Parts: sequence; C-alpha cells; structure tokens
Amino acid sequence: MSPIHLRTPLSREVLDLRAGDQVTLSGIVYTARDEAHLRMMEDGIPFDPEGAAIYHCGPVISGSRILAAGPTTSARLNRLTGFLLNAGVRALIGKGGMSTQVVDQLRGQGVYLALTGGCAVLAASRMTLRGVYYEDLGMAEAIWIVELDRLPLVVGIDSQGGDLFGAIAREAKLQFDRRYTI
Amino acid sequence: MEMIIEFISSLLLMLIPAGKEFSAAVSYATCQAIREAEIRLPPDVIAAIRNAAAKESSDIARQELGHILENIGLAERLGVPICQDTGVPVVYLTVPPEVPVTRDLLEAVAEGVRTATRMIPLRPNVVLPLERANSGDNTGPGMPAIHIRPGERMEITVLPKGAGAENMSRLAMLLPTEQDRIPRFVAETMLIAGGRPCPPVVLGVGIGGTFDGVAALAKEALLEPIDSMDPFEQELCDAVNALGIGPMGLGGKTTALAVKVKTASCHTASLPVAVNVQCWAARRATREVIW
Repeated sequence: MSPIHLRTPLSREVLDLRAGDQVTLSGIVYTARDEAHLRMMEDGIPFDPEGAAIYHCGPVISGSRILAAGPTTSARLNRLTGFLLNAGVRALIGKGGMSTQVVDQLRGQGVYLALTGGCAVLAASRMTLRGVYYEDLGMAEAIWIVELDRLPLVVGIDSQGGDLFGAIAREAKLQFDRRYTI
Repeated sequence: MEMIIEFISSLLLMLIPAGKEFSAAVSYATCQAIREAEIRLPPDVIAAIRNAAAKESSDIARQELGHILENIGLAERLGVPICQDTGVPVVYLTVPPEVPVTRDLLEAVAEGVRTATRMIPLRPNVVLPLERANSGDNTGPGMPAIHIRPGERMEITVLPKGAGAENMSRLAMLLPTEQDRIPRFVAETMLIAGGRPCPPVVLGVGIGGTFDGVAALAKEALLEPIDSMDPFEQELCDAVNALGIGPMGLGGKTTALAVKVKTASCHTASLPVAVNVQCWAARRATREVIW
C-alpha cells in the first residue's frame, strides 16, 4: 500500500485518515516536550497553531544541523496537550501512543502520527533546521522549527476515536488475564 | 645486580598507574567506549532484530523493524548516535589488582564522559533531580553511575541508558513462596509499559540479593549477549511475547528480543525481583585501558 502524502499546514483532510494508514509528512513542524508545553500554556503559543503539527522530540543539534531526532514518549504529554488542539493543531507526532483523554480531544480535530521510536538518524535525514523558540530551555526541551521531507509515519490515533495503540493494549490485557488470572 | 634492580623497579613503575598519563588513558578509553556504543549496536543485537523482522507477518510491524534496521545502517555510515536519547552514562569498571580505586580514577571516567558529550556529540541529559538544572556535560553528583568489579585487565564497559525504557522498569519484593509469580511480574511489566519503552525490548531480570542489589543485577543482566537464552529466560521471553504488543506497541510477534536473568543469594524471608527494561537500541561497548 503506497503512503498518503501530507503537507503542513494541515487542513481538514486529516479527518479522513484512519488508524493504521501509512502516511508521509512534509513541511514545517515544531518540536515540543514537557518544558515547552508548560511554557506555551503559560506564555501562549509562539507560532501559528492553525493546521500545525507538534513533534514530541528532543533532538541532538550541532550548530545548524540536526544530527539525531527520533520521537520521545508521547504519554508524558497526555495532560498537557488539550490547549494545543483547541488552538487548531491538527497533528501530534510521537511514539508509544497517548491516553484515552487525548483520543477524545482528537475527535473531529486531528490525528496522532506514530514514528518509529529510536530511529533518530532516519528521521534526521528527512529534516532541515529552520529556527528555534525557547532556546534557554536547553537542547532537549527547546522548540525547534524543523522542515520535514516526506517523513514516514503511521496513523496511530485517528479523529474518529480509532486508536491502534489502545486496541493492541486491550488485546495484551486479555492475553495477560487469560494466562494469569484464575 | 644494580642493573637488575633498576630494571625491576622501572618495570614496577610502569605497572603502577601514577598521575596524568593513567587518568588520560582512562578518560580516552571511556570516551571511545561511549562513541562505539552510541554509533554501532553489538552484532548479537542486530542479528536479533533481523530475526524478528523475518518473523513478522503484519505490514506495520515489518515496516517498524525495517525503519529500525535502516536507522542502524545510517547511524553507522554517518558516524552519528543511533538515537537522539543518548542516555545517561552507566559505566562498569573492571579493575585489576595493581590499580587503586581512587577519586582520581572516578574523576577520569567523568572527564571521559564530558569529552564524549562534546566530541560525538551527545545530548546533555543529566539534570539535578529536583531543581532540574542541566549540567550541560552529562555529569553531576552520582553521574556517571559507576560500578566497580575486580578483574585481570583494566577495562571500561559503558551502557548508555535512555529514559523511555528506564522509566518502565520495576522492582518487587515477592514472598519466598511466590516463585511462580516471577513470570507474571515480568509480563506485567511489559503490559504496563506497552509501546512506551520502544519495543522490541531486551529485559534484564535480577532475582535475589537485596532491595538495592536486585536492581543492579537486572542492569548487569543487560550486559550479557542476547544470542542465547537458558530455558527459564526463554520461558520469560515467551510469556512477554504472548502479549502481542509488538514493535513500538503497534502489534506483532516480537515484543522482547530476549530476556536475560542474573541471580544472587538473598535472605531466607525475601525474594527480590527487578526488571530493567532496555529499548531495541541495546547499546553497550567495552574498551581496555592502555597506558
């Protein structure tokens, strides 16, 4: 199956995606981890959030080059994500999936795109650094403005409540209970 | 006779690690071991990932493992770290009888970490736990985490440990009569972790010892090659893979590449068990210190 090509700023087209679809993403995205989310909640979002994509990532930057930039664990941001979606953000990119609360917040609004965890060099090979906000937070926690060139992703959570991670986790729980619960 | 004494004493002088040269050699070996670990995965780990890729039948699982193998190749070709989470430095020093364990020795290891952070470069990950202030050089109070063991040659083994997997690790003080709960505890650790620790993982399991010691055993188990498992390790690995969590938690046959177990004697009233979760980037490397 050939992937669906997407480009930021994203429009309502993302609402047609379904969990399990393979996509590529091009255009500007913004990296953000725990500290950046907290500051954006306090001081406001420093970029235009309409149709934006947030990338859960703390890269290794050397000068103006991105050396390694794989996704971080998205679940740490479960409780810090609602305000971004309310402001118009259409895609979250990360690894490991997010809570049922975020699955609900994505309904009719946007999608969660899964990038293979640890694939930092593969990801960096599809990226160009365009700028930075909050550099005082340090390399891992700053918001880096990154231009993507066809980054390969899987739709982990769609805008209809479809959640690949949730489905796999429920099946794992069933298997576990079958084996260990008397 | 004098000449012989002089010869022997000069030999002795060469053997006693004194001053700057020795420290520089320790720093150099530490830095080189970190570079090797960050850029190239051990062959047994790459082989295990290839085997896992050959076994998967779902498109998504195959694609995830394909990305991982492509990433491993790219990192080696470009000489850059495999993952942006270059981890915190966990260091195992093998110390021969003639080397005294001094503060200078530990400082030389820390200096190697600082050099590696600048040269490779590594992401500065080390912060103070409550203030969250970043030292900028991957060292700080208690970091690098250094473990010392006696041996014949001076060797430095590094295990850079990323947070995604470390955060999913667990410890239980089971009752001595609960041996049969060990597989359940190991499987439950991955059930809770799901896709968060970047599966397919390697699990280091410590059994026995003390509360603090069992966690150290679990981490030491991660130093073992993963190309073979004994029947108990295989049983634990099968129990984890039965969950179907798969690569990155997106479903599949391989959730754990391997489970490795290390044991120590414990109190007759205790059964400590620890599971140290390691992502697929099971980085480790050893360098001999030559001075």
